[in-house]
Amino acid sequence: MSVQSASTVPVGSGHTDHHGTYKSTRLPDIKLMMWVFLASDIMFFGTLLGTYLVYRGRSLTGPYPTDVLDIPLTTVSTFVLLMSSFVMVLALHALRQNDIGKFRLWTGAVAFFGSIFLGFQVYEFIHFVDMGLTLQGNLFGTTFYVLTGTHGVHVAIGIIWLLSILVHSYIKPWTSKDDVYLEVAGLYWHFVDLVWIVIFTVVYLVEFI
Amino acid sequence: MAIGKLGAPPAVGQSPDTLLTRPTWTEGLLSWLTTVDHKRLGILYIVTSFVFMAAASFEAFLIRLQLAAPGNTLLSPDVYNQMFTMHGVTMVFLAIMPLGIGFANYFVPLQIGARDLAFPRLNAFGYWVYLVGGVFLYTSFFLGDPPDVGWVAYAPLTSLSNNPGLGTDFYMVGLFVGGIGTLVTAMNLIVTIVNMRAPGMSMMRVPVFTWMMLITSFLIIFAFPPLTVALFQVMMDRTFGTLFYVPEAGAMAILWQHLFWIFGHPEVYIIILPAFGVISEVIPTFSRKPLFGYPVIILSGIFIGFMGFAVWTHHMFTTGLGPVVNTAFALTSMVIGIPTGIKVFNWLGTIWGGHVRFTTSMLYAVAFLITFTVGGITGIMLAVPPFTAQAHDTYFVVAHFHFVMGGGALLAFLAGLYYWFPKLTGKLLDERLGKAAFWFAVPGFWVIFFPQHFLGLMGMPRRTQTYVEGIGLELWNMVSTIGTFIMLVGLVLLLINIIHGFVRGKPAGDDPWDARTLEWATSSPPPFYNFARQPVVNDRDALWVQKYPESVHGERVPEEASEPYDRHGAHIPGQSWYPLLVALALLPFSYGWLYDNMWVVGLSMVVVTFGVYAWALEGVGGRHIHFDDRRDPQGADEGEQA
Repeated sequence: MSVQSASTVPVGSGHTDHHGTYKSTRLPDIKLMMWVFLASDIMFFGTLLGTYLVYRGRSLTGPYPTDVLDIPLTTVSTFVLLMSSFVMVLALHALRQNDIGKFRLWTGAVAFFGSIFLGFQVYEFIHFVDMGLTLQGNLFGTTFYVLTGTHGVHVAIGIIWLLSILVHSYIKPWTSKDDVYLEVAGLYWHFVDLVWIVIFTVVYLVEFI
Repeated sequence: MAIGKLGAPPAVGQSPDTLLTRPTWTEGLLSWLTTVDHKRLGILYIVTSFVFMAAASFEAFLIRLQLAAPGNTLLSPDVYNQMFTMHGVTMVFLAIMPLGIGFANYFVPLQIGARDLAFPRLNAFGYWVYLVGGVFLYTSFFLGDPPDVGWVAYAPLTSLSNNPGLGTDFYMVGLFVGGIGTLVTAMNLIVTIVNMRAPGMSMMRVPVFTWMMLITSFLIIFAFPPLTVALFQVMMDRTFGTLFYVPEAGAMAILWQHLFWIFGHPEVYIIILPAFGVISEVIPTFSRKPLFGYPVIILSGIFIGFMGFAVWTHHMFTTGLGPVVNTAFALTSMVIGIPTGIKVFNWLGTIWGGHVRFTTSMLYAVAFLITFTVGGITGIMLAVPPFTAQAHDTYFVVAHFHFVMGGGALLAFLAGLYYWFPKLTGKLLDERLGKAAFWFAVPGFWVIFFPQHFLGLMGMPRRTQTYVEGIGLELWNMVSTIGTFIMLVGLVLLLINIIHGFVRGKPAGDDPWDARTLEWATSSPPPFYNFARQPVVNDRDALWVQKYPESVHGERVPEEASEPYDRHGAHIPGQSWYPLLVALALLPFSYGWLYDNMWVVGLSMVVVTFGVYAWALEGVGGRHIHFDDRRDPQGADEGEQA
C-alpha cells in the first residue's frame, strides 16, 4: 500500500510492515498469533485443572496428596521458574539494546533455570512413584501426573525453543530488529510460568490450608 | 512478463539452509501438494468436505433403508451402530464444519482485500491435518471395526473393558489429530481478520461472512481444547490404564458429558455461524439492498458466541443435575434464541421491499430461512426440561438437529455454493438444472425429517436398529425413507450441475450477480495475487460503493480515492513441502497410538520435530511482484528469512 493512497482515505491506525503489507493493528502477525494461541492454551490447562478439581478427594486408595506433596521442595523449584521469567525480561531488554552478548547470556540462563525446574519435576515424579503414587494407582495419580506432566512438556518445549534461538543467534547474527521473535518466545515462557503459579496454588498449597 | 510465465520464474527465493528444494510448480499434482495459496486450499477443503459428505450421505441412506420397514435385517445391530456413528462424526467433523472453513479460506482474504492468510504454510498444514484425520478415521472400515459408540461417545461405553475393539481408538485418535488442524486454521483466521484488513476497512465495515468467521474462529479456539483434552484422557485410559473414566476407581462418567458438550454446544454455532454469514451475503445481493441492521447482526453473532458456552447442559437435562441447574440452563438456552431470532428478522427485513431475484442461490437462502426457523422452534421446545424429559433421545431430537444442521447449515452452504461457484471457477452453474435440483433436494429433506418429529413424539428412540410391527411407527418411517430417494435425486442433479458447470458452464465474468463485497472486484477465478491494486475501503459494501457511488454518497467520489495504484507490488509467499510432511507424519503417529506401538509414535514425533525446524528455517520465502499495469505484473525474486 502506497503512502499516497493512505493520505487520500481514512485508514485508521494501520501500518505497513517491511514487505509493504498493510497491518490493521500495527502489531506483527506473529505476536497476535501467540496471544491467540495462549488464549486457546488456557482452555487446555483449564480443562485439565477442572478435571483435577472435580476428582479432588475422590481417590478410593492412597497415597493422598498430603502424603506425598513436599511444599518446601516445590517452593524452591517454583521460585527458580519465577526467576526465569525475570531473566527472560532481561534477555529481551538486552536484545532491544542490541547488546547481543547479554542477550545470549540471559537467554541461555532462562533455558538453564527452566531445566532446573524440570530436573526438580523429574526428581519429584520418581520420588512419588517410589512412594506408591502411580499413573494407574488412583485418581489423584492419574489427574496429577497428566496435569503436571502436560505443564512439564510445555516447559520442555520452551527450553528447546530458547536454546534454538540461542544457537540460531550464532548461525545468523541476531540484532534488535529480531526482537519480536524473542518477545513471542517470552510471551510463551511467561504464560507457562503463570500456569505453574496456578497449579502450585491449587494442587499443592490448597492441600495444606 | 505475462501472467502465464510468472508462475515459473527462472530462480526462486531460497534461503541457503533449506533442506528440501523450495517447490515452484504452478500446475499439476505437485503444485497442489505444495501449495500455500488460500484459494487452492479453499477449493481442496470444499472438494474434500463434499467427498466426506457423500460418504456420510451413503451411511445415512443405509440407515433409512434399514428403518424403512419394521423388523428389517438389512443391517445387523453392530453394523447399524457403526453407520450412525460414522454418519454423525463424518457430517459434523469432516463435512459441514470443513465446508465452512473451506469457504472461509477462499473468501475471507478476498473479502477483506488481503493477498493470503496471515500464515499461508500453517493454513496448508491445517488442511493436510484435516485430510489425514479424516482418512485415518475412514481406514477403520478396512482395519477391523469402525467406531460404534455414537458421535458423542459417552463414557464409560468407551472404556477398554466395555469396548475392546479398535473402533473407539479410531474415534479418539482421529478426532484428536483432526482437531489440531481445525485449531491452527482458526487461529490463522483470527490473525488474518484482525490484522490484514484493507486500509479503511474498520471492523464495522467488515463483510458479515468474514465477521461470522471471526466469531466462529474464537469459538473454535475456546471449544476445541476441552474436546481435545477429553479425547486425550480416554486415549490415556485405553492405552496407559489411567482412571479418568473408570467408575470403579471413583471417577465420574458424567465428566465426559460435561467436557464433550462444553465443546459440543459451541460446535453447533461453529457450524451455523458461517452459514449465517453466507446467508447475510446472499440475501442482500439478490434483494439489491444493503443488509438490514448490519450492526445488530454482528452484535447478535457475538452474543451467540458468548452464550454458546453457557448452554451446554441442556444436552444433559435427563442426567439428574437437579432443578436449579436445569432451570438456569433452560433460561440461557431460551435467551440464545433471541439473537438468532433477531437475525432471522433482519434477513426478512433485507428481503422486504427489495428487488428480489429468485436465483437458485436465493431459493436455497429462502429455504434456509424457513427450515432453520422450524429447527429453531423445536430447539426452544427442547430447552424446556420437562419436555426434554419426554423427548430426550427420541427421533424428535434427531429431527430437531437435522433441521438446524442439514436444513440450516447445509442449505445455507448450498446457497453459498451457487453464489460463489462463478468466483471459484469463472463459470456459471446452470440455473434451470439448479432449480430442478432444488425442488427435489429441499422438499425431499422435509419429507425425510419432518415426519421424524411425529416418530419422536410417538416415542421412537434414536439409534435404534429396528422396531416392532403394530405400534404405529411403520407409516412415518416409510415416508421418511421415501424422502431419502427424493432428496437423492436432488443431490445427483446438483452433482451433475457442478460437473456440467466445470466442463461447459457459461463464462461468469468478474461480477455476475452485481454483488456488494470485494471478492467480486477481482477476476473470476482470481489471479494468484488476488488484487493488482490494494483495495481501499471507504464504506461498508465496498464494491457496491465503488460501482454506484451516487447511490450511497449522492455524488461520484474522485477516481483516485476509490482504488489507488499499488506501487509497492505484492509479496507472494513461497510454496513448501513441510506442511504436508509434518501432517503426513501424524499418520504413523495415529496408527502407532492405535496399535499401542510407542516406538512408531516416537519416530513420527522425530519427523514432526524435523519438519517444524525445517519449516522455521526455510522462512516465508516467495517473491515480490510489481504491477506496472493492472493486468501485467512483473516478477522479481526475493530471498527472505523468517
